[in-house]
Amino acid sequence: MRSHLLALGLVALAAQGLNAQTIAIQGGTVYPVSGPRIENGTVLITDGRIVQVGTDITVPADATVIDAKGKWVTPGLFHAWTDLGLNEVGSVPQTSEDTKSGDINAAFNVAEGINPQSVFIPVARTDGVTTAVSGPEGGLVAGQALLLDLSGDRIEDLISQNPVAMVVDLSSESKGTGGGSKAGVYQRLRQLFKDADEYRKRTPDYKKNQMQELSAPAADLEALQPVLDGRIPLYTIANRQSDIESALRLANEYHLKLVIRGGTEAWKVAKLLAAANVPVVLNPLSDVPNFDGLSPRLDNATILREAGVPVVLIEPDRANYRNLRFSAGNAVRNGMKWDDALRAITLEPAKAMGVDGRYGSLEVGKVADVVVWSGDPLDFASAAEHTYIKGVEISKDTRQTELLERYKTLPPKY
Amino acid sequence: MRVSPFPNALTGLVVLLSACSSATSSTSTSPKPAEGEESEFRSQYASTYQRKANPPVFIRNATVLTAAGPEMQHASVYFKDGLIVSVGADTTAPTDATVVDGTGKFVTPGIIDDHSHLGVYAAPGTWAESDGNEATNPVTANVWAEHSFWPQDPEIPLAIAGGITVIQALPGSANLIGGRSATLRLIPARSVQEMKYPGAPYGLKMACGENPKRVYQRSGPSTRMGNMAGYRAAFIEAEQYRRKWDNWLKNKSGNPPDRDLKLETLADVLRGKILVHNHCYRADEMMQMMDLAKEFGFHIRSFHHVVEGYKIADVLAKEGVAASVWADWWGFKMESFDGVRENAALIQKAGARAIIHSDSEDGIQRLNQEAAKAMYAGIRAGLGTTREEAIRWLTANPAWALGIDSTTGTLEAGKHADVVIWSGDPFSVYSKAERVYNDGWLVYDRNDPAHQPKTDFNLGTAAPGVGR
Repeated sequence: MRSHLLALGLVALAAQGLNAQTIAIQGGTVYPVSGPRIENGTVLITDGRIVQVGTDITVPADATVIDAKGKWVTPGLFHAWTDLGLNEVGSVPQTSEDTKSGDINAAFNVAEGINPQSVFIPVARTDGVTTAVSGPEGGLVAGQALLLDLSGDRIEDLISQNPVAMVVDLSSESKGTGGGSKAGVYQRLRQLFKDADEYRKRTPDYKKNQMQELSAPAADLEALQPVLDGRIPLYTIANRQSDIESALRLANEYHLKLVIRGGTEAWKVAKLLAAANVPVVLNPLSDVPNFDGLSPRLDNATILREAGVPVVLIEPDRANYRNLRFSAGNAVRNGMKWDDALRAITLEPAKAMGVDGRYGSLEVGKVADVVVWSGDPLDFASAAEHTYIKGVEISKDTRQTELLERYKTLPPKY
Repeated sequence: MRVSPFPNALTGLVVLLSACSSATSSTSTSPKPAEGEESEFRSQYASTYQRKANPPVFIRNATVLTAAGPEMQHASVYFKDGLIVSVGADTTAPTDATVVDGTGKFVTPGIIDDHSHLGVYAAPGTWAESDGNEATNPVTANVWAEHSFWPQDPEIPLAIAGGITVIQALPGSANLIGGRSATLRLIPARSVQEMKYPGAPYGLKMACGENPKRVYQRSGPSTRMGNMAGYRAAFIEAEQYRRKWDNWLKNKSGNPPDRDLKLETLADVLRGKILVHNHCYRADEMMQMMDLAKEFGFHIRSFHHVVEGYKIADVLAKEGVAASVWADWWGFKMESFDGVRENAALIQKAGARAIIHSDSEDGIQRLNQEAAKAMYAGIRAGLGTTREEAIRWLTANPAWALGIDSTTGTLEAGKHADVVIWSGDPFSVYSKAERVYNDGWLVYDRNDPAHQPKTDFNLGTAAPGVGR
């Protein structure tokens, strides 16, 4: 295996403010995801970046060496849909920041709602989740989602890309925004894109009030420009076959970069999705029928992957995003290849969000998000022994470990 | 207090509790009501369960987790006529048996989920199937979950494919006292009566904390003290009712007292004939509920959810109250804020009965995986959690909580043949239930579409291939 030197300057350093540090994770079985498994490999990290991956790597004398013999080394896991930092206790509205009233909230950017001190973030990291999309919910256009590095004290430390996607809901949840009919929803969305396009072409006219009234305020139409440009994906919830097809039609009309989330019946249109190269972000354990998808199946991910669709796996339990790796394990249980499943929680989500230049694999120049596992990361018997975010090992302490410590022996240590 | 199981149902015959038999129960005998058992002299929607015939089965050379002893390698399990005949090292299959090669496979008892809303909150999840909470009064001890249960819930076959053989279908947790539960064999059936586990005692659903006080915040109870006052008022009434009826049954003079469905159920709780299943998260609140039970002289069979069970594991052990928990759910409300993944293992370690329950149409399909998460959390925390313990969280312990442990929950000669064959270690994410035997009947076979039940709802609504 060849090793590569970091091509300095190619990527802006995201690890500013961190101590210059060199870490060598040595002797493990390395799964770079971007390439084949490396036995007895080394991952060398300097200043928050991966600088070498391979065998026969000379480790600098000042490096902190982590013995990974018998361990599995993977990229940090990338959770493509969370509300991390935005919501705390589910039933407590005071701790909820992810929803804005109204149907069209394209200009709604959740960044300043992020709480870096969320107790859910350390728990999510417990099992190797290092990167997460966190975004808004509700209405037809919920707003802009962000990409977070799950480490840091300030909002600025966490935000890695803002915005990273525009969130739209085409499931039956949003029917009300179309006046009670899906047909109304699509009509409204088409008008919105038409107006956003019109706004772009005639911004000076708009500012001089020399245009007909548009269907959304200027701020929302502005916010849709990166979507129209294809710079950020339209991150679209769609489950029923017909809704997925409608989303594809819409994306085709406006040349949008589409990502489907949910995708209960995506397997039925696998070829269509593959031809359009549209990623599907899905929970591989979704198999209970409802009227938003009467034909769910547990091998949805497998069928999609085998048809050539980019598949991204998520874990929906908002208090347990840490279980992302078991989502992938369950996809394997239901027929997906192990390598594809690991890819579906690392490189594929990074690609779907357009940030694979920095995330998703152990490649020279990428952000040093690395996890050292005691065993197969997709199965229950293993644990994340070391987790690095931007090249810094994160603490395993959580609210839960403190509770455990207090009550491990009774009576408790008050 | 031990609640004695009902007449031994090992023969698989229908055990009828009613003297006044229904039209279909022509084979029933009519036991005379014993003193103080007034609730049994009427038809009580008796089980009409009939064991389905299946050739005897001999599973050879498997790894067997019996839930009654150590893990066995290269072992066989033999069952016939719905009953386990032998479990052990025998290698010779009886001539009458279908031989199943268990090489590389694991065999466990059927999984029992003691907290399910299947059938009462059925898919496809519209208002029409929302039958789990009679949220019209904080005390609805008069309602019975079985009267809501829809046997054509498409979630049922999904749970069967996960190795579930028995569930407790419970009312929801909107009410202080939500109603009676039903213990059911998870099999395709036309009516809930056909699924009712013969001889299983009824359960009573009670709920603490946030749910009732949120649901009734306008009319009350709106506080935890209001919740407590509500349970106490109900049981005070039940005490009087029980006294009245017991006196009448003793003397049989004059007209019998008026019948009250709510109090009839609560009186049977006081008599120890109905097992209390109490949704309760917080440690301090569970302590209150154990005090309440003492005040009225009943016993709580199992707390459910018990997110803070680890804080009072010693008390749960001392009081003999089981703890039915999730592996790792937490954080969805204040009373679930203190969840730890080691909960089940800590409860086990303290000597209390830990149970992994689902409370979910998703979780029930993979309860083995939930147990795996909880087991490995215990191992990692140095609690010495074992596989033998973890399998009991899914089988023997919930069987005890439901009062059916003398007839199912372990692989032991004489028990019902509720048996699952797994493709591999049930505590691995990659393993699947390959065959599920419910009372000896092959209700599910992953490799044979003829043994993959579908509900009526599935027909013509789902694209071909569902269940693959």
